[in-house]
Amino acid sequence: MTYLIDRRLQGKNKSAVNRERFLRRYKSQIKDAVGRAIKGRSITDIENGEKVSIPVKDVNEPSFGHAHGGVWEVVNPGNEEYQKGDQIARPKGGGGSGKGKAGNSDQTTEDDFIFELSREEFMNYFFEDLELPNLVKTQLTATVEFKNQRAGYTVSGTPSNIHVLRSLRGALGRRIAVGGKPRKQLAEAEKELEELLLNDTPLADPRVVELKKLIHHLHTRILAIPFIDPFDLRYSNRIKVPKPMTQAVMFCIMDVSGSMDEQRKDTAKRFFILLYLFLKRVYEKIEVVFIRHHTAALEVDENEFFHSRESGGTVVSSALNLLNKIIDERYGAGQWNSYVAQASDGDNWDNDSVLCRQLLANTIMPKVQYYTYVEITDGPPQNLWEQYAQVPELHPHFAMQKIVTPADIYPVFRELFKKQPK
Amino acid sequence: MNQMTKRPPHPRALPEQSEWTFELIEQAHEEIKRVAQGFGLDTYPNQLEIITAEQMMDAYTSVGMPVSYAHWSFGKHFLSTEKGYKRGQMGLAYEIVINSNPCIAYLMEENSLTMQALVIAHAAYGHNSFFKGNYLFRTWTDADAIVDYMVFAKNYITECEQRHGIDAVELLLDSCHAIQNYGVDRYKRPAKLSLAQEQQKQKEREEYLQSQINELWRTVPKREEEEVNRPAPRFPQEPEENLLYFIEKYAPLLEPWQREIVRIVRKISQYFYPQRQTQVMNEGWATFWHYTILNQLYDEGVVGDGFMMEFLKSHTNVVYQPPVHSPYYNGINPYALGFAMMQDIRRICENPTAEDREWFPDIAGSDWKKTLDFAMRNFKDESFIAQFLSPRLIRDFHFFAVLDDDKNEKLSVSAIHDEMGYRYVRQQLADQYNLGNREPNIQVWSVNTRDDRALTLRHTQFNRRPLNQQAHEVLKHVARLWGFDVHLDTVTPEGQLVSTLECRREKRGRIF
Repeated sequence: MTYLIDRRLQGKNKSAVNRERFLRRYKSQIKDAVGRAIKGRSITDIENGEKVSIPVKDVNEPSFGHAHGGVWEVVNPGNEEYQKGDQIARPKGGGGSGKGKAGNSDQTTEDDFIFELSREEFMNYFFEDLELPNLVKTQLTATVEFKNQRAGYTVSGTPSNIHVLRSLRGALGRRIAVGGKPRKQLAEAEKELEELLLNDTPLADPRVVELKKLIHHLHTRILAIPFIDPFDLRYSNRIKVPKPMTQAVMFCIMDVSGSMDEQRKDTAKRFFILLYLFLKRVYEKIEVVFIRHHTAALEVDENEFFHSRESGGTVVSSALNLLNKIIDERYGAGQWNSYVAQASDGDNWDNDSVLCRQLLANTIMPKVQYYTYVEITDGPPQNLWEQYAQVPELHPHFAMQKIVTPADIYPVFRELFKKQPK
Repeated sequence: MNQMTKRPPHPRALPEQSEWTFELIEQAHEEIKRVAQGFGLDTYPNQLEIITAEQMMDAYTSVGMPVSYAHWSFGKHFLSTEKGYKRGQMGLAYEIVINSNPCIAYLMEENSLTMQALVIAHAAYGHNSFFKGNYLFRTWTDADAIVDYMVFAKNYITECEQRHGIDAVELLLDSCHAIQNYGVDRYKRPAKLSLAQEQQKQKEREEYLQSQINELWRTVPKREEEEVNRPAPRFPQEPEENLLYFIEKYAPLLEPWQREIVRIVRKISQYFYPQRQTQVMNEGWATFWHYTILNQLYDEGVVGDGFMMEFLKSHTNVVYQPPVHSPYYNGINPYALGFAMMQDIRRICENPTAEDREWFPDIAGSDWKKTLDFAMRNFKDESFIAQFLSPRLIRDFHFFAVLDDDKNEKLSVSAIHDEMGYRYVRQQLADQYNLGNREPNIQVWSVNTRDDRALTLRHTQFNRRPLNQQAHEVLKHVARLWGFDVHLDTVTPEGQLVSTLECRREKRGRIF
């Protein structure tokens, strides 16, 4: 007896659980690798998988074996020139005869164990670092704006959505269909009765009586067909479709004065990435503009944004002026949805903070969809914070929060982007 | 193409195409089966399964079983296999075959019709008949029960994970895996049990074992004169080679479920032990039969020239033996050596030379099918080579033996493929396949039952070879299982202490 079985459609991904166990075991190393990847990677490229490498000694599974030393006598194939008794210099690196196969590999150096994280796995680790892994996606998609769109008819719904014309048309069809046969019979019966009566058949004739009875019965039946039946009801169907907001621009503004160290920049980067991922789900096309500033502001590419070491004092208004200029020049009103995220440690030149508030309130806020300010600091709020705190009164689409550690990013993000009361 | 032999087309000839279909596989299988049975191959029923490359990777990485419990090391193997495969650095194994009844052989969907035929002949008739016939497999493995046992193991371990947490189970499995090569009985024969019996026994075991251990480790003090008069009995009375068995039976602190997991790893290790001992024979046998069967199909005209060309190309790749100086040398290729030996035995039977008559008086000129069958059934690599490696093959392979003694400054060539060297080379090569020499000889030596409960293992040196550097790591795993201090003494064959390793447990008490 022989069986030939096609297994191709079943039992796929059997190793998924083992893969998951492996990732679980090396979680801290993988998290480190993801952290490094985030640093080394551009904001727009964040959603791909990542190669992770773990030192081989960590993934090694130990077992008893022999090391070199003592006496080894090994038979090899492929002798060309040797005669019995020939002496051979010991190969370097401790390998006896052959390639040291018989020994154990604990002394050889090996490359790291490298494998790839899938996109989903990478995102999981990314969000996990923000300490709220799964909520993120639902929250993000929930904030997308929808518009209602008609999509035909359904057989269930609320009374206010009943589509009268459709329902009546359906009822008519049903009445015709259900009443067709008795109506035909009725017509035949009436015709026969008429003919009988024309031929002076007496009214007491059994056939006449029978026909009259039949006609009565058929009339009753036809009348019993309901004019409208719950079955006929049709409701207008409306579905939610994401509002097509085709293009957006995201401005990342970062303070690069001396106090923004690597760690704070990393926190800011994670915040910007989250914002990017969020906007990416709403817009088909999204551009990112990076503005860095100390006493003067400059539009730069991402690499320079996060890695340039240039530094100095702080004049925040320089960045706002530049932002305003760029919006006017390249992202004119109506064409683009503009979002601004500003990250700073809050330390600003005293007189400048007032200027910033005025700039924001009077010039910038009317041009943007949303403006967020995060202050990355563990100290008390600075003067910039106090000035900015006055903006939301005039412009509810301005939000600000404080971030101390990377773990704060997600909650702060949610706070910033929570659904606005309409 | 030049004119090849013109033959009348065979009525059941396979079409010359590389795409397989289910019908064609069945047709090819029927022909292979017919020829195999004609040669007298006795097999378990076959179950051929078509699988995808990904499923092949799955099977490949979970110890080649259709079901297995979850563990990170299988995930590690999967990731590295996947990486290599996706980058095209390596092809996947053509075939995986499972020693079960029915015998399961996997056919990968990407393979051509020729390759499927090759795999069927190789796995479903070669390996399968080896599993059914070889004495080690007959003694140590139970083809009827293994799949059920793996299901039992998987379910049991999953249940343990739910009850005790994944981490606790993982730690335990890590430790068991570290000494799984020392989880085999070399001489005792296991009883065969069905799944139902296994589950029943498992319950009884839990209860009985625990009561035994309590007996061994009783702490109620005995009366004093007894203590003085009788020296503590040696425990264990004889050294125990099966470390996992000893731990399962006597480790003081293991919980019943932990003992059961130790047992599961031990059982699986035991199941694969014959495979480790018969690599050359098993692959040689399967390769010999795919070669012989497909050649016969060609001679009959069932398969054509194109089929044969493709087949021979794969076959030649499989049996290539790079010489020791080649950058591709990676030890002796078991396919090459095994295939050559099987072919050679047939040659000695059919066309013996004077040399063969002198070396193999019993088999020269005998019925080759009977002789090969006898060889397959009654040997393992070590004894097979000692018995059947001919001078002719030693010459063909240009075998030579090199002595590496760390007391000498240079290596010396101790024998080559000449008249004086044949027997020496053959014995050396046979020894090389003796698992007892390949792996350090480590046994449970003694347990301090009266005091600190320390376990002493004894490594008896072979040819003064030292242990590898991982030994200390392994010892930690042993200590974790044992629950108390563990010592590892290295001694000379005469029993003289050479060195000692130890792993102290800092805290006594619960270990997992």
